[in-house]
This record gives sequence, structure tokens and C-alpha cells, in this order.
Amino acid sequence: MSGLRMSNWLIVYVGLFLLFLYAPAILLPLFAFNDSAVISFPLAGFTWQWFATVVDNESLHRATRNSLIVAVSTAVFATTLGVFAARAGTRFSFPGKRGMMGLVMVPMVLPEIIIGVSMLVVVLQLGLSLSLMTIILGHVLICTPFSTAILGAAFQGLDRSLEEASIDLGRTRLTTFLLITLPLVLPGIIASLLLAFTISLDEFIIAFFLTGTEATLPVYIWGQLRFPQRIPGLMALGTILLVVSLLLLVCAEYFRRRAARNMGRGEQRELF
Amino acid sequence: MASSFRRSINPEAVSGLALISPTFLYALVLLAAPIAAVILLSFWTQDYLELHRTFTLANYVKAWTEPVYQALMIRSVKISLLVTAFTVLIGFPIAYYIAFIVPPRRKPIWLFLITIPFWTSYLVRIFLWKVILGYNGVINGSLIGIGLIEEPLKFILYNQGAVVLTLCHAWLPFAILPIYVALDKIDRSLLEAAEDLGDSPFRRFIRITLPLAMPGIMAATIIVFIPTIGDYVTPRLVGGPNGLMIANMIEVQFKKANNAPLGAALALSAMFIVTVISLIFLWANRKYLRANQ
Amino acid sequence: MSETVNPTLPIIRTVAVDKSFGSVEALRSVSLEIEQGKFFTLVGPSGCGKTTLLRVMAGFEQPTRGQVFIDGKSMEGVPANKRPTNMVFQSYAVFPHMNVGENIAYGLRSKKTPADRIATLVAEALEMVGLAGYQNRPSHALSGGQRQRVALARALVLKPKVLLLDEPLSALDKKLREQMQSELRNLQRNVGITFVLVTHDQEEALTMSDQIAVIFGGEIAQVASPEILYRRPNSREVADFVGVMNFLNVSVLSEHGTRRRVEVEGLGIVEIEEDQAPRGLVGDIVAGVRPEQFTILFEDRASADRCCSGTVTEIQYFGDMTYYAAKLEGCDKTVTISMRNTAGRRTLGPGDKADIGWRSESVLILS
Repeated sequence: MSGLRMSNWLIVYVGLFLLFLYAPAILLPLFAFNDSAVISFPLAGFTWQWFATVVDNESLHRATRNSLIVAVSTAVFATTLGVFAARAGTRFSFPGKRGMMGLVMVPMVLPEIIIGVSMLVVVLQLGLSLSLMTIILGHVLICTPFSTAILGAAFQGLDRSLEEASIDLGRTRLTTFLLITLPLVLPGIIASLLLAFTISLDEFIIAFFLTGTEATLPVYIWGQLRFPQRIPGLMALGTILLVVSLLLLVCAEYFRRRAARNMGRGEQRELF
Repeated sequence: MASSFRRSINPEAVSGLALISPTFLYALVLLAAPIAAVILLSFWTQDYLELHRTFTLANYVKAWTEPVYQALMIRSVKISLLVTAFTVLIGFPIAYYIAFIVPPRRKPIWLFLITIPFWTSYLVRIFLWKVILGYNGVINGSLIGIGLIEEPLKFILYNQGAVVLTLCHAWLPFAILPIYVALDKIDRSLLEAAEDLGDSPFRRFIRITLPLAMPGIMAATIIVFIPTIGDYVTPRLVGGPNGLMIANMIEVQFKKANNAPLGAALALSAMFIVTVISLIFLWANRKYLRANQ
Repeated sequence: MSETVNPTLPIIRTVAVDKSFGSVEALRSVSLEIEQGKFFTLVGPSGCGKTTLLRVMAGFEQPTRGQVFIDGKSMEGVPANKRPTNMVFQSYAVFPHMNVGENIAYGLRSKKTPADRIATLVAEALEMVGLAGYQNRPSHALSGGQRQRVALARALVLKPKVLLLDEPLSALDKKLREQMQSELRNLQRNVGITFVLVTHDQEEALTMSDQIAVIFGGEIAQVASPEILYRRPNSREVADFVGVMNFLNVSVLSEHGTRRRVEVEGLGIVEIEEDQAPRGLVGDIVAGVRPEQFTILFEDRASADRCCSGTVTEIQYFGDMTYYAAKLEGCDKTVTISMRNTAGRRTLGPGDKADIGWRSESVLILS
């Protein structure tokens, strides 16, 4: 009896928690469609006008394009580096492994400002100029640990005898990797690409330090937050970003489940 | 001869080293080397745009003795500790709920549910908290609406409380996930065995569940505590003048004040303090687990 | 290293193979010859090195010292994908992202076999393992037994000179395991390919093999046919590992040429032949008698040439068999006796006196 009462309290608690968690996400579309230039209650009526300001905003388009370049490059590079590290970490033992893997994983727990500051120092001391490239370098650094962790789990879940069977049946190491290993860890690779893409797309702290003349989306948004008249437009932009990333996530989840079913592993847990 | 040479070096170690090297070298060049550069820089001085490369401890003396920096440092550590404590305390029951009460089939959906709000833009999310807590904001609006207050409350925004609240919101999933993973791994028969051996649900929780969840709690603590000290967006947007943190000062030194060496010394000092506190956490955790055996 | 090797016999020869993993010695000076066309089994307790030996043959592990010859050719430096061996893995390693047909065609495709030929070979291989028409089944829809058959077909379709099987039956339940044992045995006779099986189950080894190698602690303890291995184990460890053995203290009375007289605790003086003491009568020796070599004498005393008495202390009923524990008169030893429950034969209970018959050729002297 007391256990049941306990879990009832827990359900109430979980409900309150979800309300807290979702408070900003619920407000976002409310203000995006609110027919008032001031972000406050009570709501004034329905309008599409803020979305219109997003559609024909040249510098926003440019920032979006920059962000996509940065996020796609980051996803590809971080996942590639993650494949190497995850494979080395799960399959091989070698001297200095703990230290090397440790250094690769460090950015996961390092304050981002430290990474931003230290890369800024080096770039300036070397006399290089800040550009989208410097942002990509920083983002790859913080995304690689996440990619390594996801891909490490994928490689770990791979039965080693599958690869041995392929070699035993006459294939080379390379064709084995392409025909057996890669298809079987593909869900992990997609998850890694997606996560790195999303982290990079939304990253501000490092980008702010390493941005040159070309701003990414978060850097652009930061600049706009100072102007009250631009805020409703940002709400519309935020809503669009939320919808897009949710659609991406649902797609990814769908493909992951299909892949998991094909592999006969049955129900698997979340992407990460 | 050739074959004996081939056998004398371990081919597995060679393959492993070859595989790890691209990723390791990347981290070495873009993380270890820059941090070394920052350490070096922190012992130099800068007047406006000119850098003096003579070794000096002046930046550290400034960072540790001047009241401005002392106060910022203490406040930052305090805020980070509060955020860590709150996220772990608030997050634990949620992780427990998903691990033990939600049926296994529904767990992925719940984990998904917890991460969805974080697919909104980080900056917009913080700004929305400003909207919620602000003078004409959601809370004041609703409280006036139902007649509880007549004047908007001013003390809920632009202070350290607002910073802690907003940071908690941002870091909760990062606390919940590792705790959930640790709880979910607990073999259910261990809990049944404890009950069978006469433990009440509370004693069972203290003696079995909590010690086994400790690795997850520690991971959550480290994952939240260390990066929180480096956030300068949240204090800037919702903190007001008394809610600023050390990262804001580091940013100012590097950007507007053109005193990168002092900024470097401040950043490294903050890192040092955070690392020491984290090591104390880990040490206390080890002691706790040992005492539990 | 220029030894002349007979190209037909044996198919696999290992010469003084050592294998260490760091400081752990998994194999020590393993020299073994496996005859062409035989069902050969490596048996031993877990961790004895039998799987390592199999993987050395397959090419997944390189020996630290020593050589492996397959069909007369040295395998030094030959990788697994170039060896004339194929393997059935303990986990079966059926590729989960391919259907049954693609799994079986996998090795053929790497050999660049033409497509129509592949289709015929796959169909034949499936028929051979009793899965005719399963080509398009997704592999995740297969049961454990079916996976095993797919793994078998996938390896056999390449017509290897040797098929290596790593504990292939350990994941199956008892009924299916027994069925697969006889199927594997028949399959091996039909295809005539040499099978090398690894198992920890001595009963499985006895029922399936032509030749068995018993491995303890990385070393070969005995290589023999199942019958010899059971009837004439060459050491106390082998006797203890294969089947059940009663051990009794023994002392040597006299040794004149081939005539040896020993005194066995509880049984009295026994004369034994040379082959009953494979390592002679020196050192720390002990007498061994199999449970079924003792008979509890109910009426007929004719079947046994020797007789002693004892008291039943415990019985275990197995349906077809009854196992008795009986304390021998005149000593403190308890022996295990197995009796077939034939029609009309009664069983004894604890405390009953029993006359126990045995024959002197049943006594083994082991060290």
C-alpha cells in the first residue's frame, strides 16, 4: 500500500517536472504567433507576420547558410574521428590507451569557454584569421567525444565473430569492414552524425570566441537579442528550428528502429 | 629473421595505435597545445595591444587577491555547486521513475520526452526564461491575473536565483541520463534479495539502490558542475549586475579589455578550483562506497 | 624447417605449438596429427586452451612458437581468409543484415563464383542441412538450431579441407543438442570433410568422434579413439574427466615381467596385464574402476570372477539406470556402482547389504 502511495506522489512530481521542463518550449510558439511586438502576457491575437520577417531577412539567411556549413562539416569530421577512436578503444589494447582515450574525451567535461579561449589564443598568436574554419575546428573538438561514445557503444554491441566469420569465408579486412562492420554500426554512425550536427548548430559559446566576419545562427541571434523589436522574429525563428530538429529526430529514430529490426536485435534503447 | 621480427612486436598494439592516432593527434594539436599556450600566456602581461613576454605571477596575484575577482570566483563556484545539487536532487526521482516504474517498452519515449525541450535554440531558451520571470512576464502576469499580487514582483529576475533556475533547467537532462543509466543497470534480483532478507523499502533504497546508483550520480555531478562554471550567456541574460559569473569576466578580458593574460589566469584559476572540488567529490564518493561495504 | 610432408596424411599437423597471451600460456608445445576425413574432437575443461588451438588452426591467432601444417603446407604467415579451413562459430555469427541465401553465398561471392552457379550451390547446401527453400528467410527469424544449420551450410558450401567447429552445440537445449549431435555425425560421414570440433562436454566428444584429444592446461593429455579413451585412459586426470571413475588406493606386491600383482584397497589382491597400467607401477599410483564394471549380484554370481561385499549408503535413480554409492567392507572407501534397470531387477535402498562383483581386467592402475 505504501509503495503505491509513494509512486502516486512520484507521478505528481514527474508531472510538475515536465511542466517546468516544457515551460519555454510551450511559450515559444505562443509568442511566435502573437500579434504584438512586446513579448508579454496577455496574448494579443494570431499573426504570421513574424514568420514573414524571418523569410525575407538577408543576414539571417547568410547566418543559416554558415551554420549549415559548420554543422555538416563538424558532423562529418567528428564522426570520422569518432569511428577511429571508438574502433581503437573497443577492439585493441595498446600502451597508453587510457591516457589517449582520456584526452579525446576531455572536452566533454571541459567548460566550453576554456576551449574557446585557448583556441582563440593560438589562432591569434599564429597570426591566422578567424573564419568559419576556426569554428569548425572548435566544434569538431567538442563533438568528437560524443561521437566516440555513441560509436563505442555501437562497436561494443557488434559480435566480434561476425567479422571473423567474414574473414574466414575468404574476405579481406577491408571488404569485411565495408560489408559487415559498417552496415551493422550504421545506426550508430547516423546517430553520431545527427548528434554532432545538432550540437554544432546550437553551439554559441565557442562560436562567439572564434567567429570572424561570418556569423553562425546562434551568434546572429545573440546580436539580435539586444533589439527588442527583433524579438518576435526570433521567436518565430526558434519555432522553425524546433520543428525542423524534431522532424530530423523523428526521421532518425524511424531509420534507427528499422535498422535495429533488420539486425534482429529487437527493441533497443534510445540513441544515446 | 623476418618472421621473428614480425612476432616480436605486438601487431595488435600497432593496429590500435594506428587507429587512435588521427583522433588523438587532433585532440593533442587543438586541445592540449592551445591549453599549454594559455598556461604560458597567463604568465605574461599585456598593455593594450603589446604583449610582454617576461615571466610574472602578477596575473595570478591579481586574480586571487583583488576583491572583484575574488567575489566573482566565490559567486561562480557557489552558483555551480547549487546548480549541481539541484539538478541531481531534482533529476534523481525522474531517473528513478523512468528506470523502475515506466514499462521497458516505453522507456525510449520517456528519454525522448526529456530531451525534446533541448532541441530549441539554447539562446532562445534562456531568453524565454527572461520572459517567464520578467516584470511583465508569465509569472507576474498570472499572479496579478488571479489577484494574488497587485504589483509585479521584481525580485524574481536579474539575480543569482534566476541564474541558478535557468542553469538547472538547461542541465537537468545531463544529470538525469547518467543516473538513469546507472539505475537501469541494477539487477532487479538484487533488490528482491534485499527485500527477501528483511529490508524495508527505505532501507533497501539506502543500502542497495543508492550505492549502486552512485557512479551515475558522480557522473552527473561532474558533467554538470564543471561546464556550468564556464557559462557566460545565462548570467548575462538573466543574472543582472549581481548575477554575473567569472566567465563573464574572462570574456571581457579577452574581448573588450584586451587583457588576455589576465583572462587566461582567471580561466586557469577557475579550472583549478573546479578540478580540486571535483577531486574532493570523487574522493568523498570513494569513501562513501568503501564505508558502505 | 625443410621436413618432407606426406601430402595425403595427416590433413592437419601442429608441431610444438606454443601460444601465450601476455604472461598467460594458453598452449604449451602442442603437437597433434589429425587424419584426413575423420571427426576429430578437442575436449577439455573451460580455459584449457582448446578454443585457442582451434583458432590457431583457423588463422585467427598466430602461434608464439611452433608450426601448423594444413594438407602438408606450412600455414606460417597465411591469414585466415587464405586458409583451406572454414569455421562454425559458437555464436554462429550468422550475418544479421543478410538473409539466409546471402549468408550462404557470402563466401562464394568472395571467390568470384558466377551467379547461376552460386544459386545452385546455395540450394544444394541448404538441402544438405535440411533447410531447403529457406533462401529468402531473414536471418533474424531463425531459431537457434536453424542458425546453426545456416552457419554449417555457409562453411560447407566452400568445400573446405577442414571444418572447424567451436562449441557449436553449447547454446542449444538438451533435446535439440542430442538431435544435432547425430545430424552432425551423419553430415560429416556424407561429405567426407575432416571436422575438428571443440567441446567441453566429454559425453558429446565420446558419442560423436573418431578421435579425441583431451587437453588440460594447454597441453595434450591423451589422443585416442572414444573407446580407448574411456576404457584405457592414460592418467588419473583423463580418467576423472572422461566419465565417472572410482579411485582406490593401491600398493604394488610384485612385478615379474608382464605379471604384476597389486593389492587394491577393498578389493584385495589383483593380477593385472601390462595394458592395465599404461604408465607402469612407479610413482604416485591409484587404482581406477568404472561404475558399470561393478555389478550388484542379486542371484547370478556367474558373471563376475571376483566378489566383495559392501553396504549401500545412497541411491540415485535415473530411470534407465540406478547409481548406488556403496561402502566397501574392510575399508573406508565408498564406490559408485551403476546398474541398468532391466525387467524384473529389484533395487536396493540405503542400509542394504550388497554383494559386489567385478573382474580383474576392469582394474586400471593410473598415476
